[in-house]
Amino acid sequence: MSIPVLSNLNLLFDQPILLVDLVANGFMIGAIFALAAFGMALVWGVMNIINIAQGEFVMLGGFVTLFLMEAGMPAVISVPLAVAVLFIVGGGFYYLVIDRVVDRDMFSSVLATFGISILLSQLSNQFFGADVRTVDPGLGTWLLADGMVSLPWVKLIAFILTLVIGVGLWLFLKSSRLGQAIRATAQNPRAARVLGINTRRVYALTYSLNAALCGAAGGLVVMAWAIHPYMGLPYTVRSFMVVIVAGLGNLPGVVLAGLGLGAAENLAGFILGAEFQIAFVFCLMILVLVWRNMMLKRKRKYLK
Amino acid sequence: MSLAAQPIFAVTVGDSIELGAAVSITGKYSTNGKHTQNGYDLAVKIINDKGGVKLGGKSYKIKIKYYDDESTPARGAQLAERLIKQDGIKFILGPYSSGLTKAMVSVTEKYKVPMVEANGASVGLFNKGYRYLFAILSTTEQYLQTAVALAAKVNGKNTVKVAGVFENDPFSQDIRNGVFADAKRLGMHVVIDDKLPPDLSDMSATLTKVKALKPNLLVVSGHAKGAALAVRQVADMKVNVPMLAMTHCDSAEIIVKFAKAAEYILCASQWDRSLSYRDALFGSAEDFAQLFEKTYGYAPPYQAAESAAAVLVYKNAFERAGKLDTEMVRNAIAATDMQTFYGKVRFDKTGKNIAKPMILYQVQDGQFKVVAPPQWASATLRWPTPVWDKR
Repeated sequence: MSIPVLSNLNLLFDQPILLVDLVANGFMIGAIFALAAFGMALVWGVMNIINIAQGEFVMLGGFVTLFLMEAGMPAVISVPLAVAVLFIVGGGFYYLVIDRVVDRDMFSSVLATFGISILLSQLSNQFFGADVRTVDPGLGTWLLADGMVSLPWVKLIAFILTLVIGVGLWLFLKSSRLGQAIRATAQNPRAARVLGINTRRVYALTYSLNAALCGAAGGLVVMAWAIHPYMGLPYTVRSFMVVIVAGLGNLPGVVLAGLGLGAAENLAGFILGAEFQIAFVFCLMILVLVWRNMMLKRKRKYLK
Repeated sequence: MSLAAQPIFAVTVGDSIELGAAVSITGKYSTNGKHTQNGYDLAVKIINDKGGVKLGGKSYKIKIKYYDDESTPARGAQLAERLIKQDGIKFILGPYSSGLTKAMVSVTEKYKVPMVEANGASVGLFNKGYRYLFAILSTTEQYLQTAVALAAKVNGKNTVKVAGVFENDPFSQDIRNGVFADAKRLGMHVVIDDKLPPDLSDMSATLTKVKALKPNLLVVSGHAKGAALAVRQVADMKVNVPMLAMTHCDSAEIIVKFAKAAEYILCASQWDRSLSYRDALFGSAEDFAQLFEKTYGYAPPYQAAESAAAVLVYKNAFERAGKLDTEMVRNAIAATDMQTFYGKVRFDKTGKNIAKPMILYQVQDGQFKVVAPPQWASATLRWPTPVWDKR
């Protein structure tokens, strides 16, 4: 166990350029997870719902993109269309299911979204088949330093898209009327309703927006990696983790946490071996939470 | 338990013998479950059309009772119990995957009912002393041994550096053990030994290491997802390896999905339609493939071929046993020594087929070509794989 770790570290010291490759690829992995995490942060913050079906929305976004691209459409049209389709799917699920549990305790909503998650993965299996699918966007790879650093363009686009969406979302929530309505509803739904905000519509919109963001993430996943009907859970868990580390209602934090965890994951995979890649990230999450709790305690606050 | 102690007589409903199977119609194995079922059904149809099973001057038709195991081992075990206890079935055909076979074998052993299976390759099934389990396919440790031998041959006297990336599940780890045992025996140097967590979606950390250490042979096994990810990311990251061998190329459909990026990749396979095996019912391997294509509309993957062969083994054993007594049929299966379109079938003491070798494909100009072992090869190995800039 200790020998490979040492030799892996040695390799990093011998060829420091590998560090660049690992961190850059890690950032890009993190960016895709951050994209799914935005939506989760939003739904959690505004509606107090932890959406277990997050990963299934990513999967659906992937399948929509896949079918459009297999029908001959380019990626620049397919991904936005997947976003639009998922926006509608999200709205549908809101009025069908979420609307009935949004005022209940968290236990009901977790069960309800868990139900959606099972339903979606089984239906996808039924209609799309259990095969692992992927699509080649044909965008190529950006090679640096004699090929030692390789950055696939799909992932670079994912990275840029995450930053753009992050800033866009932040501006939207801060300055648009709708954004203000969303924030007001998040702070106090009853007061918002008294002041004439249609909170039901705000909730529906928030949930649709979440599904749409997942759709974008899914479109990138199918081009960068692969999708299949049962891929959802890891994406839900990762989004959850990113939101927890970032802290609720902290959008810049989601970007930072997503990218940081991605880089940490990739480095850990290299140094400790792939088997500890995901375990390491979870250990890191626990450390971050303990540390944040300690910092808060100094100010006599506590972690919510 | 009292039931297990009773003497067991086989059910014959009218003039037919009923076999039982739990296959994955839904769940994550549904694609391969379907191949399994199609293979079984085609064999039953051929046997019945060509006179059925002849026992004591009388001819019996074969029927199969199916249940859907939902790709979950717990359900598989339940269904085995149900097939044997409620439905009174005395001869079981295997499910798809080692995991489900493992779950069902504990039940079939308990009731002393034979199970001939075609889709559980894990070595772990054959070191537990099971008496009623027979597998007609080659076991996991043999999957990529041909690739290791090939790497040793082409590299001559130079020390071969091997990198292994295997999913952290029993099947892939079995393959890992087989590959590394052979690599060590041949004096190779293992430079990477990574175990991928099943829910990992990106293997760039491992591939970065491959770029740095430049192994002569990269071996990947992680079901269809692992194969798809590996082909995608090796191409995306422009990782140059002279030889890349993997499993599940066909179920991941790497040729259709990746076209050029899949070229030069070596793939383990149980069977191929170009092999010169044949039997009296199906004819040659190619005849089977054509019949299968005509019936189901797609080319048979090896999962379907081996499933069909499992039914042939039962027919052969019934006729030699001469009576539908589970113990006599079990002994007849154990003594099987037959030629099928799928290859020779002869079981060792543990119940695995030792008469049929694994073959190795290489993707050449958009087609799977058999390149090893030498007696079956239809094309010569293309080696070394050119670097990405020259492809």
